[in-house]
Amino acid sequence: MLEVLRLRDDEPVDEPAVTLDAFLDQSNAASVRIEAGDDVRRLLPVIDRVRLVEIDFPKLRDGRGFSSARILREAGYTGEIKATGDVLVDLIFFMRRCGFDSFEPNKPFDPEDAQNALDRWPHVYQDAADGRVPIWKLRHGNQG
Amino acid sequence: MYRYDKYDQAMVDTRVEEFRDQARRRIEGKLTDDQFKPLRLKNGLYLQLHAYMLRVAIPYGTLDSRQMRMLAEIARKYDRGYGHFTTRQNIQYNWIKLEEAADILADLASVEMHAIQTSGESIRNVSADQYAGAAADEIMDPRPWGEMMRQMTNFMPEFSYLPRKFKIAVIASDTDRAALRWHDGAVKIVKNAAGEIGFEVYAGGGMGRTPVISYKIRDFLPTDQLFSYFQAILRVWNRHARRDNIHKQRMKILVLELGEEEFRRQVEEEFEHFLTLAEDFPQAEYDRIAAYFAPPPFETGLSEEIDRSDPDFALWVDRQTVAHKAPGYAIVNISLKPVGGIPGDISAEQMDLVADLAERYSFDELRATHAQNLVLPHVRKADLYTVWQALDEAGLGAANLDLATDIIACPGLDYCSLANARSIPVAEKLSERLAPREAELGELKIKISGCINACGHHHAGHIGILGVDKKGSENYQLLLGGSGAEDASQAKITGPGFDEAGVIDAIEKATDVYLRERADGERFLDTYRRIGMEPFKEAIYA
Repeated sequence: MLEVLRLRDDEPVDEPAVTLDAFLDQSNAASVRIEAGDDVRRLLPVIDRVRLVEIDFPKLRDGRGFSSARILREAGYTGEIKATGDVLVDLIFFMRRCGFDSFEPNKPFDPEDAQNALDRWPHVYQDAADGRVPIWKLRHGNQG
Repeated sequence: MYRYDKYDQAMVDTRVEEFRDQARRRIEGKLTDDQFKPLRLKNGLYLQLHAYMLRVAIPYGTLDSRQMRMLAEIARKYDRGYGHFTTRQNIQYNWIKLEEAADILADLASVEMHAIQTSGESIRNVSADQYAGAAADEIMDPRPWGEMMRQMTNFMPEFSYLPRKFKIAVIASDTDRAALRWHDGAVKIVKNAAGEIGFEVYAGGGMGRTPVISYKIRDFLPTDQLFSYFQAILRVWNRHARRDNIHKQRMKILVLELGEEEFRRQVEEEFEHFLTLAEDFPQAEYDRIAAYFAPPPFETGLSEEIDRSDPDFALWVDRQTVAHKAPGYAIVNISLKPVGGIPGDISAEQMDLVADLAERYSFDELRATHAQNLVLPHVRKADLYTVWQALDEAGLGAANLDLATDIIACPGLDYCSLANARSIPVAEKLSERLAPREAELGELKIKISGCINACGHHHAGHIGILGVDKKGSENYQLLLGGSGAEDASQAKITGPGFDEAGVIDAIEKATDVYLRERADGERFLDTYRRIGMEPFKEAIYA
């Protein structure tokens, strides 16, 4: 079973994540934890020193973290974004589209289920943070 | 009508396989019931009192004969031979087995249909004016935008786990036949002074326990910015809505808490940001979709004459047909409200018949309406008599559009696990009581919900009924003065509630007041608005 699923090739950040307030107060931290109710845009002025953002999903039905991740990618952040908490394999395709590239779920993933979920969708209807070419572009000759 | 290309088909087929896998994992115990619930809800599968219920999407209310025949086939094969059309222009099946749900979705996919996002905390099926493409008063066919919005809002990654449901509607007429103002987000297609097409955007409406008529949030949105604007609305809501109380998480509550101005300001700010991402669907994609909705090849030189020598037929023509944009054609409303029947219910055999009629007489097009009826949008006036005879023979010949027996009702406690009271028996008995005087009463929209979730639109009824639980017994509150049309208003409670027989008596008394007090040409709603609640209360509680 997979305790952590990481879809990046670089070295993992080996440093505990601190809260958003603590991160904004201390200049030497490189990893930060975003709770579901945090305004991730507060991080943008100091985004250059962030290497890992953990975004927590306190329960399956709380989708605020999807917006948080995408906002970070829209601002040009290229470091790691890890989803933690009540994360099911059924969410990870959409999470990947929003910019998440690692997952540390409460309950470890079945590796086969996780791979199936990531590989499942042949196309997407909309642009998002993953650079996949949406169907409307494919229809009009843009193969990305 | 829109047809799937290889991409649309691949998306729907993939969704079926995803659900099949999820159902397997549930059956194998890899998913808890709590984990499976939001996943099945995103595929329209509810657990009701006696069985699973499957809600199938009918995007913008449009379907063809092939699809209607499949709905009939599903009713026969997987259900008990009937279906129920809903106030969201969808169809529900009430007796579904979990083990067969994926097979039903596969059958639907074979005719370009699905149940994607028809329930749960998701962006729901887009509803639209049921007369789209046929109405004499529309500025354009709104359905290409409906299809565009379907593709914009299905599987939106950022908005896959929204605070609550989000219902969208689109219309293109000043007459609102889609209850536009009662939606979370809605667009009305308009022309500006320069003759350009754009959208009036409405947000923050909804029924449920906190009924709110939406605000106009934008006077004119250029059509090529629709995706950005909806993303902005959804992001503001997704980020800032409460998550601590499921009853306070609809967008209308956020709009109420922030205030209309502040909500608009935040949306505009986020909108400016989204425009910089250049994610909007281009004109070329609109043109591609719109080509599927080209008007059918209407014949010209047709007669406008209708032989009215059969009085029953003449009455049906007067009540069930509406002006069509093409000369010699009519829009035909098919009533699913026989006197004393279950509103919105239709048998598999009736579905097959309606499919045949659509194929033969209406350019293969059908519509479902939010009032739980069906429409044959393009019928030659010369064919009306034949169509009426066939409908009448099949028990679909009721002539009661917008009259007192054209009642909207949710499934209520006969099926629904959320309900506090039954809706169907009240609808049946009320229909029988009012049928003898419905001609005299004229337009009277009665809407019944079996709980405060308001699936039966009671807040928008000229007369609304809300079923509640009062110390373990069914009790019915009576409301007056609502409207789901362009003159949208919220109905008000008359006072203490009634038992089933009592609420039917009370409504009869309310109609007595109307008949006594009405001025020339006034509908029930107009009289209520002029004279107010008091005279009705006096009669009802005398």
